[in-house]
Amino acid sequence: MAELIRRTVLQEFSLRRAGKVGLDELEDGATVDVDGKTLVFTTDSYTVRPPIFPGGDIGSLSISGTINDLAVMGAQPLAIACSVVLPEGMGVEEFRQILRSANEVSREVGVPVVTGDLKVTEKGALDGPIITTAGVGLAHRLVRNSGLQPGDKILVSGSVGEHGACILACRHGMGTIFSDAAPVLPVVRAAMASGEVTAMKDPTRGGLAAALNELAEKSGVGIELEEGAIPVSEPVRGLCDLLGLDVLGLACEGRVVMGVRGEDSENVLREIRRAKGGEGAAIIGEAVREHPGMVVMRTCVGGRRVIPMPAGDPVPRIC
Amino acid sequence: MKPFRDNPELAKSLCSRIRLLASRVGHVKFMNFCGTHEWTTVHFGIRSLLPPNVELVAGPGCPVCVTPSYFVEQAIRLALEGVTVYTYGDSYRLPALRAVDGCRSLEEARALGGKVRLVYSFLESAKEAREESLFFGIGFETLAPIYSSLLVSGKVPRNLKLLSLVKLTPPAARFAIKYHMDRGLLPLSGVIAPGHVSTVIGASSWEFLPKEFGLPTVVAGFEPIDVLAAVLLLLEMLVEKKPRVVTEYRRAVRWEGNLPAKESMGEVFESSDSSWRGIGVIPKSGLFLKEEFSDFDAYRHFNLEKVPRSERDLEPGCRCGEIIVGAARPTDCPLFGKKCTPGSPVGPCMVSVEGPCNIWARFGGGDVPGNGR
Repeated sequence: MAELIRRTVLQEFSLRRAGKVGLDELEDGATVDVDGKTLVFTTDSYTVRPPIFPGGDIGSLSISGTINDLAVMGAQPLAIACSVVLPEGMGVEEFRQILRSANEVSREVGVPVVTGDLKVTEKGALDGPIITTAGVGLAHRLVRNSGLQPGDKILVSGSVGEHGACILACRHGMGTIFSDAAPVLPVVRAAMASGEVTAMKDPTRGGLAAALNELAEKSGVGIELEEGAIPVSEPVRGLCDLLGLDVLGLACEGRVVMGVRGEDSENVLREIRRAKGGEGAAIIGEAVREHPGMVVMRTCVGGRRVIPMPAGDPVPRIC
Repeated sequence: MKPFRDNPELAKSLCSRIRLLASRVGHVKFMNFCGTHEWTTVHFGIRSLLPPNVELVAGPGCPVCVTPSYFVEQAIRLALEGVTVYTYGDSYRLPALRAVDGCRSLEEARALGGKVRLVYSFLESAKEAREESLFFGIGFETLAPIYSSLLVSGKVPRNLKLLSLVKLTPPAARFAIKYHMDRGLLPLSGVIAPGHVSTVIGASSWEFLPKEFGLPTVVAGFEPIDVLAAVLLLLEMLVEKKPRVVTEYRRAVRWEGNLPAKESMGEVFESSDSSWRGIGVIPKSGLFLKEEFSDFDAYRHFNLEKVPRSERDLEPGCRCGEIIVGAARPTDCPLFGKKCTPGSPVGPCMVSVEGPCNIWARFGGGDVPGNGR
């Protein structure tokens, strides 16, 4: 996807920057400089099928996704815009349910939805709702994807792959796995208050594998992972075994992966575990000087393998 | 499964015994025969655990990879002509060398209105088929009894024809061993025989490996501990100079195999020469329907060649033919990871999740930087 964006979007737009981080950086959001302050600005479209899934729906997903994009850049979210396109004939009750769960997330993190748009398309043009959210936040200390340094520990805020596994289980009719979709704001706040966070990402599309490869590449460091330390729930592991999937490539929608200064890592881990949504946090690896741009994992039997950037998205429209 | 997977202590002890025995042999080259063994090997970084003189190469263990382009082309043609073609997901994306009406795969044929249906089993197609239909019947010995038992049961409608592309693994192993010998490559020193296939044909089917070629053989399971144990057992036999067939996968494989399954296969199929993509014709390596079941035979009904002799079956530059017999590594191919990726495969080994190139691309097969830390 990044390649497609480079080939098309980055070539066609001429003005791509309003602050330190612009379109070219392809981060979770961009920054806008206003009177010496750093606003963070982000947007995302949600098309997940099925739109209602165990543990959430397209409404909660769209609000928490935008909150998370702001949070991982170190910003305090201020307000959200929400635009909805509905297929003609979708029930009002279903729409209400989606709005209610969106509202729940907005209330939980205390970020208002202040503007938006609603359109209905003619029959047959869409097979479900599309929600586009945008958000602005204020960053006192910007956290970048490029900030990882050798010696930093890699932390993840909980068990991985649950959203991707949830959607796949729905589609294949293979039981119920609950999505992890949730705002990561409490975890990010706890982390930033208790130590030096050098880089952050929410491992959405492409999962942990994509997020870590991006951090390694943009920071110019290598990452060494310990497979045994990566939290994975039993149902997710079981589904991966059944379908022959790599759990590291499955999307999360309520997790954050971050680099933390080595000496701060134990402290940050303890504080994250006390925060909502961070109970299952773990230190899963370390940034190293060797093999810059590459992620290498020590497997559960002690072997080592390269974790490649997931090629393409095997299951489109998971978010 | 935990004792065979998340078991670093056992893995460590196996590795130290492997290192000890490896110091008593020269450079050895073991072939794992099954796509799932290659998956385990790559996914758990097994190669990085082995001493430099113990080489593990992937063999022809992917039935999708070795299905000749001719059959993909014929299936596309039939689908576009209005025959319903049933296929598994893997063969759905298998690229044909020559486009048929602009289509290079069954997937593309469906996009252009061809009748292609994705199914999980032969049974599913038997239940569904109403019109003139063809089942694209790839597989090894594991799938053969599924085809044969359904045919014997009489539950297959007459309008559904089976295109049996079933391949036999022992003749392919014989071919791969000779390939390494004949081309002056370092000959193989041992074989990790396929576990699933052996549940059907039995460990006894591999007796020819030690008898004819003096090769130690281990029928192994699919967890990382299974593969490490298989390597250790092979080394033990090499050091003792007593090659034989050892079943490590005792929780599933019997010496004689699954007799009812073998009986059903024997009733429906007979073996004959078969063409393997990128490799060529291997004698007695395919299963075809017997005369008694010719009413269901797609070769007869659609007038297809059983052994197509294609001049060329791979794209220029594609090294799948060498990779599939363990004579080259996926990363040796100039197309690997560049023109040929799991998202847009050029060679057949990049298509199936059991293909060596696909496995290496998705799970980072190849050299690991900073190994030996």
